[in-house]
Amino acid sequence: MAVQRVKFYQTGSFAVGNRLLDPAMRSVQSDATRTNAITSGHRACRGCGEALGARYVLDAAMRATGGKLVTVNATGCLEVFSTPYPESAWQVAWLHSLFGNAPAVAAGVAAALRAKGRTDIRVIGQAGDGGTVDIGFGCLSGLFERDDDVLFVCYDNQGYMNTGVQRSGATPPAARTTTTPVEEQAPGNRFGQGKFVPFIAMAHEIPYVATATIADLRDLEAKVERAMQLRGARYLHVLVPCPLGWGTDASETIRIARLATECGLFPVFEAERGEVTDVNPIRHRVPVEEYLRRQVRYRHLFEPTRRDDLIARIQARADANILRFGLLDEKES
Amino acid sequence: MRAQREGSQAVALTVARCRPEVVCAYPISPQTHIVEGLSAIVASGELAPCEFVNVESEFAALSVAIGASAAGARAYTATASQGLLFMAEALWNASGLGLPIVMTVANRAIGAPINIWNDHSDAMALRDCGWIQLYAQDNQEAADLHILAFRLAEQLSVPVMVCMDGFVLTHAVEEIDVADQELVDRYLPPYRPRQVLDPKAPITIGAMVGPEAFTEVRYLAHQTQRQALTVIPRLADEFATVFGRRSASLVSPYRTEDADLVVVALGSVLGTLAETIDELRDDGVRVGALGITTFRPFPTEAVRAALRDGQRVVALERAFSIGSGGVVSQDLRVALAGMDCPLSTVVAGLGGRPITRPSLRQLITQARSAPGDPTAGPQPLVFLDLDRDLLAHG
Repeated sequence: MAVQRVKFYQTGSFAVGNRLLDPAMRSVQSDATRTNAITSGHRACRGCGEALGARYVLDAAMRATGGKLVTVNATGCLEVFSTPYPESAWQVAWLHSLFGNAPAVAAGVAAALRAKGRTDIRVIGQAGDGGTVDIGFGCLSGLFERDDDVLFVCYDNQGYMNTGVQRSGATPPAARTTTTPVEEQAPGNRFGQGKFVPFIAMAHEIPYVATATIADLRDLEAKVERAMQLRGARYLHVLVPCPLGWGTDASETIRIARLATECGLFPVFEAERGEVTDVNPIRHRVPVEEYLRRQVRYRHLFEPTRRDDLIARIQARADANILRFGLLDEKES
Repeated sequence: MRAQREGSQAVALTVARCRPEVVCAYPISPQTHIVEGLSAIVASGELAPCEFVNVESEFAALSVAIGASAAGARAYTATASQGLLFMAEALWNASGLGLPIVMTVANRAIGAPINIWNDHSDAMALRDCGWIQLYAQDNQEAADLHILAFRLAEQLSVPVMVCMDGFVLTHAVEEIDVADQELVDRYLPPYRPRQVLDPKAPITIGAMVGPEAFTEVRYLAHQTQRQALTVIPRLADEFATVFGRRSASLVSPYRTEDADLVVVALGSVLGTLAETIDELRDDGVRVGALGITTFRPFPTEAVRAALRDGQRVVALERAFSIGSGGVVSQDLRVALAGMDCPLSTVVAGLGGRPITRPSLRQLITQARSAPGDPTAGPQPLVFLDLDRDLLAHG
């Protein structure tokens, strides 16, 4: 008989419920002995989704590896807010080299560990979406192709937020950034075909690809744990809303991430060797408008005149995702 | 073991005897034979557990070396030309992080126009990136300098480039004595990194440094690199003791003692130059050469010590700073400050154009035509064998 994996969902409140669970099943973050891989006192903005995501990813990875972890970080917000000399928020072995080379540097660390017979020590590479889908993309593809034993994590906040909110290859259509301004003829970022790196990672047929958001932190921890059970190149793409760049209230970060999945714009799934193995179904579907209108970067879709044409195009993308991944339970679809 | 070998093969064998733990490479002419040789040695299992990583670009090649070195492995790569420039950002990063990577640069021109042949434009363009730069005169030196380079890099925690002329050396077959493993092991101890990525003692490497400390970081890098000027001669002496043959060091003077003209050059052209000097000496012309092996850090004192007042100095340059002039000349001018040594620059051998003995003879003869008269003799900047007909038809 097939055994279904137990999954924990977060609903309503933004806390991770643990008290009713067996201690072994509680989240990494609820464990008093967690690493605090990225400790408090760093300089991230209030409500930063990336800081939250990185803390969960690394603490989960530290637990999964018994603390035998080396982290390689690309240039970007995460690097800047965590290591202003002479301070460091990192309580893991941590290396920052450049913006575009984190996957290659991580591959180098993994190669050194193989040469030294220390494959018990695992490697995580991490970058924002700029460092992953744009400037670091060549190195990332090389890492996948070689199947180096690295988990690469992209914290996707859909733009170059560290440099002041410019467009990246991960910026969605119609979003306003400082380099995709809103004018009469140019309502924010163009409607292109997009660059969804999880698909590109899957095309490399690497052992594991997953997406996650900071709205479902138990799911994020579980995916890190799963990734660390496997060897070879693994990729985790985490949606991390950015209050500064998206124009959202700092208290709304997790709600925004949840709405991104519940409207279908950000599909949450797992894939192994190029095949989707699991999806997180949408339990309360919302129209994209629910997600869009809370963000200043989309305000021009609603003011001064409502742009139903553009909202419909975005809705169509969400609908396509829902169909493609089967995100709705049968009773709802 | 002494044998007829291609320069690239000698370098590959020598690097292997230095027991690298991670070798990463991306192919570019004329560097390819070196990494092909190393890949074969690694594949044979002889270097186990060395990892050979085939990467997708030169930028990745050096980045893999950076990660490997920071994780405590002895790391090596090789490149040339466009590849070196594609690494530029990572070059500064490796030196800034104090990672003792050793890299061979098979010197080649930079495009456009694309040109695969030898000159020094590539390494000279990156002379300020914090790497030590050593230039080999011949293939014996090229091979031996790698052993010294690993020792030097790891002693100072500074990366080292070993520059050897593309094709002229990399593809030339000559008798080369590749150092025995036992002797290399005696000379080069295992790599002990100054700091390492260790989960048991986690450290942060590569923090962001603002105006309050950035100048100090650069000052320390300068001081550390300058230490090489005392370390290299000591390592060269020790090399001679262990291996029983001289090693290149900071500079190599050739028949300069009573010379009234000294040609300063780097790399394989020094061989042609030595033969030309011998010919001219037979004719009674008092001329010498000064080879610069260590170009970064620049051996100011050694250059001054090798020259004396009244000597005319000609810098024979295989690279060129467009809009300014000779690259080596700038350092020479600083080194010669206060000395009575009129300096002129000759740009030669760009993009693989051969520097022939007749051309050198003519150059030296012209330069000596009016000894003692600084207004006579060569122009301050000359392009050797410039084809005026081609320019006229351009």
